[in-house]
Amino acid sequence: MSYTALAEFTAKIINNGMLELEHVHKSFEGRSVLSDVSLTIPKGVTHALIGSSGSGKTTLLRITLGLIPFDKGYVKINEQPLSSFTPIEWADRIGYVPQDGGLFPHISGKQNVSLVPGLRNWPAARIDSRVEELRALVGLDAGILARFPHEMSGGQKQRVAIMRAAMMDPPVMLLDEPMAALDPLIRSSLQEELKSIFQRLAKTVLIVTHDLGEAVFLAERITLLHQGRIIQTGSYRELLLAPADPFVTSFINAQRSLPDVSTMP
Amino acid sequence: MRKFWLLPLLALCVASNAMAGTKAIVVGSKIFTEGYVLGEVAAQTIEASAPPVPVVRKLGMGSTGILFQSLSSGAIDVYADYTGTLTEAIIKNPSLKSQADIQAALGKLALVMSEPLGFNNTYALAVRDAFARQNNLHTITDLARLKTPVRAAFSYEFMDRADGWPGLAAAYHFSLPPKSVNRMEHSLTYQAIDQNAVDVIDVYSTDAKIRKFNLRVLEDDTNYFPVYQAVWVARKDFVERYPLQWQALQKLAGTIDVNTMLDMNAAADIEKLSLTQIAARFRGEQARAADTLTSRILHRTVEHLWLVAISLLFSIVIGVPLGIAAVRYHATGQAILLLSAMIQTVPSLALLCFLIPLFGVGTRPALVALCLYSLLPVVLNTFTGIRSIDPRHLENARAFGLNNRQILFRIVLPLASPMLLAGVKTATIVSIGTATLAALVGAGGYGAPIVSGLSLNDVPTILTGAIPAALMAWLAHGLFEVLGKVLIPAGLRVRP
Repeated sequence: MSYTALAEFTAKIINNGMLELEHVHKSFEGRSVLSDVSLTIPKGVTHALIGSSGSGKTTLLRITLGLIPFDKGYVKINEQPLSSFTPIEWADRIGYVPQDGGLFPHISGKQNVSLVPGLRNWPAARIDSRVEELRALVGLDAGILARFPHEMSGGQKQRVAIMRAAMMDPPVMLLDEPMAALDPLIRSSLQEELKSIFQRLAKTVLIVTHDLGEAVFLAERITLLHQGRIIQTGSYRELLLAPADPFVTSFINAQRSLPDVSTMP
Repeated sequence: MRKFWLLPLLALCVASNAMAGTKAIVVGSKIFTEGYVLGEVAAQTIEASAPPVPVVRKLGMGSTGILFQSLSSGAIDVYADYTGTLTEAIIKNPSLKSQADIQAALGKLALVMSEPLGFNNTYALAVRDAFARQNNLHTITDLARLKTPVRAAFSYEFMDRADGWPGLAAAYHFSLPPKSVNRMEHSLTYQAIDQNAVDVIDVYSTDAKIRKFNLRVLEDDTNYFPVYQAVWVARKDFVERYPLQWQALQKLAGTIDVNTMLDMNAAADIEKLSLTQIAARFRGEQARAADTLTSRILHRTVEHLWLVAISLLFSIVIGVPLGIAAVRYHATGQAILLLSAMIQTVPSLALLCFLIPLFGVGTRPALVALCLYSLLPVVLNTFTGIRSIDPRHLENARAFGLNNRQILFRIVLPLASPMLLAGVKTATIVSIGTATLAALVGAGGYGAPIVSGLSLNDVPTILTGAIPAALMAWLAHGLFEVLGKVLIPAGLRVRP
């Protein structure tokens, strides 16, 4: 194997799982919703896309999932554009964890997790061993999987949803507001869990959230989206110390601010 | 699970095969007492003939038009009618008088007529028996020559028909002053003559009320009234396939005279005996042990269940896809919902009337009507059930790479199943009630005793249809409780 071939091979392995958005534009009925959005998430990195409601983050999430078309630009995984895949191939490359887990209410946890591999004609034994592997990885008690979603706690639903998203072993995971519905005490303990789950999964993760605390805690890098444009991408420290725009500071302050004790009666 | 959708198709195949395979002889009848009685006589006669052939009774189907259509379409094989009616309503040539002429005209329609059974059911004049004896009246001529003033009450039809009172008065040289001839509702004329308010009324010569009110029918001594000889009318095809059975019916020719028929009609209308008993008594037999009340109810239960099950199957096979289409295509959807709601507002009798020209009589129009009536709950509940699904589940399913068919069968239908099942349940219970109307077009079921009971004013007979129908509805309710436990996904059954 020549040196260049080896270098290309290595680059392929390293790049495997890289999620890229290149100059994505999207408008609804003439109104621009996303304008020139570019984002690169290297393999194994957890990245947060943060923005308030109306910032276009949900539209970006839908575009990334391949659910809605966009006007210009590219969405790529490992340098291959979305348009070169069938919907099924794309779906198997992005493991999606909807808000609150989004488990289907009529089937058990186990059935939720095995739904897609079952449709892909995986043998039952293969499904079972993959379920067992992921169950151990997310640290879920075996009995929970037999329950129906309405019999699970919020944290249990999240773990089952992560298992479901990881079943097909996608290079990229996409999480929508993973903590939004949880109460504060459970949040702090689950945050720790999630962080270590992401590390163990070793996947490229994009978290879409409006919550700065969640973004800072879970993600290495943060992209702030406002009115359909990316304002700044960087670490929390960079956003805090070198804001690209006054909006960055005001967004951070708005989320950090607690009532000043001196103003309280 | 994946092959569940095959089940309704399979059932449809079985159903159509079973319909095609019917081999029994079907006896029909007109919808009045005498028709029922003669129908039962024919049925028992065929049943008693050798070799044994199963007989299906479709009694009380309607008027001549419906029965003629049923004969032509093969829905029934034989029934009793009257020569006058045949020339008037079927051959449409009232000038035909002789048996041979009528027989020849029917032959062109692939029908065969028997020799006359022995009585003539035509218009007649009746007087109180006491009045007849007092004035020594036997014939209409006697009455016309009576010197004492006579008070008459005639039905509207009799007064208006050219061959009714106007012609009769001229033919017999009646000289009644117009004010002594009362025009009345036919059923009230019996009360009038019974209470001595009038002396003479028009009757049908075999009406049981002649016995009930002890009237004397005056002989039509100049043969003025048209002849309505009772005869069997059968399909040529039936006569050829079952020559022995036809022969058995032919043997009854000349055996039922006016008095015998009057007795049988009175047994039904006044004594309230069952048709089985009356026909058996006529045939000199005891009512067959086999035809107990239980076996009759059992037979009707099978017919009724059949009507409900098949129509329901069709309405599910048609209604669920329509409901799904209504969700997917908005404008079409509104049209579908509106149309199925409009069908619901068509009165059942009117709907059956529309369907007879299209589907003939018997089981088919009944099935179509029932299917149309069960459509709305199925379509509407499918539509509402799907619309009430959280749209995020559908988007998530697409994000997981499920295609439209997988989303429909794995997500949409299971999530909509509680509503869908509730719709099918409503449709079932409505169908069980509505199916009683199927008897009006000769489809049998629990409606048969209800319709015949109503026309014979016989409450116990009505109850033998009404009570099992109510029980069936109640059982259906229970069945759906069980079905709910099996068909609704477990995750949807208990909500916190």
